[in-house]
This record gives sequence, C-alpha cells and structure tokens, in this order.
Amino acid sequence: MAHPTSGPAAGPQIREIRSAGTIRMAIPLVALAAALIAPFWFYPIFVMKFLCFALFAAAFNLLLGYTGLLSFGHAAFFGGGAYFTAHVVKIWGLTPELGLIVGTLGAAALGLVIGAIALRRSGIYFTMITLALAQMFYFFCLQAPFTHGEDGLQLGPRGHLFGVIDLGQAMNLYYFVLAVVLIGMFVIWRFVNSPFGMILRSIRDNEQRAISLGYSVQAYKLGAFVMSAALSGLAGGLKALVFQLATLTDVAWQMSGEVVLMTLIGGIGTQAGPVVGSGVFIALQNNLATSDFPVTIIMGVVFMVCVLVFRRGIVGNSLPRASGGRLG
Amino acid sequence: MSASPVMAQPAPSDQAGAPVVLTARGLGRDFHGFTAVSNVDLDVRHAQIHALIGPNGAGKTTVFNLLTKFLQPTRGQIELLGTDITRMKPEAVARMGLVRSFQISAVFPNLTVLENVRVALQRPDNLATQFWLPMGVLDRLNDHADSFIDRLGLAEYRDTRAGDLSYGRKRVLEIATTLALDPKVLLLDEPMAGMGQEDVQMVAAIIRDVARERAVLMVEHNLSVVADICDHVTVLQRGEILAQGDYDTVAADPRVRTAYMGTED
Repeated sequence: MAHPTSGPAAGPQIREIRSAGTIRMAIPLVALAAALIAPFWFYPIFVMKFLCFALFAAAFNLLLGYTGLLSFGHAAFFGGGAYFTAHVVKIWGLTPELGLIVGTLGAAALGLVIGAIALRRSGIYFTMITLALAQMFYFFCLQAPFTHGEDGLQLGPRGHLFGVIDLGQAMNLYYFVLAVVLIGMFVIWRFVNSPFGMILRSIRDNEQRAISLGYSVQAYKLGAFVMSAALSGLAGGLKALVFQLATLTDVAWQMSGEVVLMTLIGGIGTQAGPVVGSGVFIALQNNLATSDFPVTIIMGVVFMVCVLVFRRGIVGNSLPRASGGRLG
Repeated sequence: MSASPVMAQPAPSDQAGAPVVLTARGLGRDFHGFTAVSNVDLDVRHAQIHALIGPNGAGKTTVFNLLTKFLQPTRGQIELLGTDITRMKPEAVARMGLVRSFQISAVFPNLTVLENVRVALQRPDNLATQFWLPMGVLDRLNDHADSFIDRLGLAEYRDTRAGDLSYGRKRVLEIATTLALDPKVLLLDEPMAGMGQEDVQMVAAIIRDVARERAVLMVEHNLSVVADICDHVTVLQRGEILAQGDYDTVAADPRVRTAYMGTED
C-alpha cells in the first residue's frame, strides 16, 4: 500500500476548502443584496437585460457544464420562448406570468423535438445538428406570419401581473424579473445537485462506463436537454416582456454563439460562471455600442484572452480545484 | 425463440456441474472486411472463473465488447440466463446482470470514490431519476457503498476525487463499482493490469471470493494468476479459439506454446 500521494487532505488543504465553503456561502448573499439595490444605481432595463441573459447562460451551462453537451442551437429556445410569450400576451391577452409559462412549455416542446433528433449523434455531429435544426426554426420564424418577420412582434403596454400589479412601473417590473430569474436559478441549482444531476455528471465524465452500469444515457441526456431548453425559453419570454419585443435577433445563430461565449468566459460547470460571464458580456456590449470601433472585434479579442489566460473561465480559475465543479 | 437452437451443441470441452449462464455460438465480427473475431463458442458457468487469454491483437477485448453488446456481432448468437441477447442494447444487458469492466480504467474522474460507487447503486435503488430532490438523499446509500469501499481497501480514499487516484487504485475502484451492481455474470478486462504485487494478490482473492456466487469471465495476461484462480481457460489467436480446457491442459497444448513463443512460463 505504498501510495504516498492522494491520501486524505492535509491540514492546510482542509482549511482552504473550508474557507472556500464560507466564500461560496457568502457570494450568493452578496449577489442577492446587490441585485436588490441595483436598479437604484443602474439603468433598470440594463440590469434586467443582464438578468435575462444570466438565466439563459445558466440554462445553457446546465447542458454544457453538467452534461457535457455543446449545443449550438440554443437561440431557437430563447427566441422561441420570446415569440411564444409575446404572441399569447399580445393576441390571446394572457397575463405576463401565464405568458411566461406558455413560453417555457413551448421551448420545452421544441427542445424535446430538437433534442430527440440531435442526440442520435454525439460530439461535433450533435453540435452541427442542433445548429441546423435551429436554423430551420429561424427560417420558419422568418416566414411565419405570427412573428411579423423583420418587424418583430411588438407588445403593447406591459400589463398587470396576476391581473393586479402594474408592470408598467419600472420597479415592479424589475422585482418581478428578479424573482423569476431567481426561481429559474434555483431550479437549475436543484437540478444539477440532485440524484439525476449526479447521473448527468457521471455521463459527462465517462459515458461508456455509465452505459455499462445500466443507465440509458440517451434518456438522461434528453431530460437535461429539455430542461435546458425550457429554462432558455423562460429567459427568452422574460426578455420579450422587458423589451416589449420578440425579434429575429433572438432566434438567429449569433444568439447561440453569444450564449456559448458568455458561459465560456464565466466558466463552464460552475454555478456563478454563467452569471459573471453574461455580466461581462452585456457590459462590454453596452459600453462598446457607441464606439466607432467594431464591437465584434473587441469581443473576439476578449474571448481569445479569456480562453488563453483563464482556461476554466473567470469563475472556474478563481476557485480552488476541489470546490469548483470542473469539466475534465 | 430462445433456448433450444443455441443450446443444442455444447462447446467442445465439456465440464460437468455448474449451469451455463452465458453462451456464445459462432460469434463473429468484421470491421470493413477485416475479420477481428470469428466462430467463437463460449460457455461461461455459474460460480466458475473463466479466463480468456491470447497474444496481443487476438480479439479478446472485441469478444468482450460483443458479449456486452458494446459492439454488434456480425455473426452468431449470445444467450444470457436463457434469454437471447444478440440484438439487445448494452444498458439493457447490464440491467439483466451482465456487467463489465474496461481495459482502460473506467472511473468517473470528477466524482469522489464514494460517489463513484454510489452511481452504481443509484439505479437499482431507484435514486437516479429524481431531479427535484437534494443530493443529500443519496447519503442513504452510503453504508452500502462503504461496504464495497472497505472490502477493496479504499476506505482512506473515500472522499478523494477518483481522477487523483493512482492507476492501480483506479482499477480497484472500478472493481468496487462493478461489484456494487451485484452482477450475475462479471466480465473483467485485464483487472490486474498496472497493479502492484500486493494489490494483485488482494484482487485475486476478491475475485475468487465473489466467484462463489456468480460467473466470472476475465481477460488476463498474468498467467500465474490465471493458473492460480481460473477454473477454465479459453485461448484466442487471430480472432479464433485455439484451445479450451483447464489451465494444465491448455498450457500443455503445443499450439498454445507456439502462439506464446516463450512468453509463457
């Protein structure tokens, strides 16, 4: 039994892990406090945009970070959720919260179809099929009358939550968006830290071994795919309510690329990574929007620096290895 | 459609006693015109250790992949516990009790040793699909998982990331995880490769112990281990069976001696 390495953690390591645990407890509380007072410092629409994309990136990370599946078609679920929500709120006159439920379920149904087809392949082929199917959905949206094509689906007044609370008030809207995003984040957190989530991690680590233990890995992957699609749809629906608009931008392939960038910049397979990544991304995008220099070039440079310097993303690199759920 | 046609002709070297649990007849597999395995007949019996040996490239791992359905056979038929499994999916075969280990150490590197073993227990204990429950419910499986961890001498590594274990420890962990499924037929692909001598002895003792209540089919290069613990030996060469029988019979076979060209001691 002469294996000197990899024994139980020695003293300093334990302390390091404990303090990392304290930090991990403190960070969500600080973030929550910041989110509660943020609209008094920042332009609320900007913060709400950030919250929507944070939820979108977290939903995407559920698939990439915890299941090991790289989808390049998540714009279909985000944009689809936006269209479904906007349509039922505008045409059917549903209240905002019901609109979000329709957007979420619609994106889940779309995820079930796209996932069932794309999961028949793996690796780069899976990624390419998700892109192809998302592009088909994009062209459907371009042609279908209910999306109003290039004009987008414009919403009227924001309506009343549960028929009572006026979302036309900026603060009401902000706290509604914050509550929905927190619920979505909680669902993701619960999902990845559940018995089901443990099986997903085992599939991510070694798919063949999971099969040999009797797991139908396709079914588990599809479950994660549908959950990720549903929460992306929720983020999209929320974005449509905030901006009173669902457009082709939301379903275009660039949106699929942006969510990959946000997640990679922040750190895949970490809870906070997608939130930080989307914050950096949205802040850069907003600040650079007025510059003469092309935004995409700066974003590209930022992305390359992140990939070269922070291999595991901003959050992944700042955590000790023991406490960060890392992708192998 | 099950029993009779496959079971009709017994394999060449017949051993009395224990019932046959896993049968292959005329098993073959081609890869783009290259025949990796052909005409393999195997009878794996309950409570016996069956060794599959042969020079490198003889097709031992391919036979494993065919039996566990990770590869679809081009020809032949496989029967497990009286059921034809020739067209089944690998996970369904695993659920029937035919569980394999891998040549490369197959662990979940980012999970701890305890979590690795628990993953094996989650499905049989119906704690695999709940996405709404906290991870803490899995602690219910800890005692059961610990019994395998202790048995294989991994107790002090219980909370270590599997990826940080030494190569030999990973192999031991893989065996612990495989045993946790309580398989009826255990297929071990070079279980002792890369282990130190004392671990080889420990694992050999464990294999002998678990084979009291299940069939074991193992690929192994360490011929002293094969001589020591195996009841029956099948020698493969270039994808075909060269000889079958107990170790002494096989070792005395001149064709086997030629195939090994002095590497056999």
